[in-house]
Amino acid sequence: MENKNQAQRLIQIQQLQFTAVELNLFLDTHPNDQHVLALYNQVHQQLIESVRAYEQVYGPLLNYGYSPALQNYWAWAENPWPWELKY
Amino acid sequence: MWIYEKKLQIPVRVSAPNPRLAKYVITQYGGPEGELSASLRYLNMRYSMPTNRAKGVLTDIGTEELAHMEIVATLVYKLIEGASIEAIRAADLGAHYADHDRSLYWVNAAGVPWVAAYVSATGDPIADLHENMAAEQKARAVYENLLHLSDDPLVNDTLRWLREREVVHFQRFGETLMHVQEYLDRKKIF
Ligand SMILES: [Fe+2]
Repeated sequence: MENKNQAQRLIQIQQLQFTAVELNLFLDTHPNDQHVLALYNQVHQQLIESVRAYEQVYGPLLNYGYSPALQNYWAWAENPWPWELKY
Repeated sequence: MWIYEKKLQIPVRVSAPNPRLAKYVITQYGGPEGELSASLRYLNMRYSMPTNRAKGVLTDIGTEELAHMEIVATLVYKLIEGASIEAIRAADLGAHYADHDRSLYWVNAAGVPWVAAYVSATGDPIADLHENMAAEQKARAVYENLLHLSDDPLVNDTLRWLREREVVHFQRFGETLMHVQEYLDRKKIF
């Protein structure tokens, strides 16, 4: 399927974000854990970097101004939607 | 305010169209212990919580449940997408097809539409947090039931992952309950 590569690239983002979600929920109930705070910031940096790299090729990941429009058309609506991707 | 992210929280795969399995799995879309119920239960409860920590937990878990609703929707979509009318009829999904074709709808496994009565909010934070812990356990139990019914190993991967999330949410709600309990006890002293 033509979007196999895209799905592959997304998995890296999904893994990083899953780590961030877990750390986020943990910090909600352990707000002073310095070790986890540092981990969270580390994952945040990596996540932002892989999102920006993904968007160069596949268009905006986020709407409403949180992702740049890097293509010469409105890729946000044109590129495949999450339930249409073939993994 | 919510921002949409154009991706699923995890990759979702199915082996083949399987309308019978779709009929079961859809209960985690629109059933009493489903992801819509979970998300709305938590996001609605935030307003009457006494501590910021509790509001944070409910916001973050309520938001993750929306992502889970999208995962379940994708499962159901992929399981009925290419199914033939014969297969849909044989799977007892003819009644769904009559009203909805292959589109999604918030129903339980028996086709009963979602109702707000699935969700509770008493305004008592102790009662409400216990409600959430029970809800997470009930959602976990329903994923177990679905795993017993499912004959698709790829669908099982996703169901197992969703089941584990309920365990983590239960844990976080338990910690939140202790925190709110301490806060209320302290308030009584002063
Ligand atoms: Fe949950």
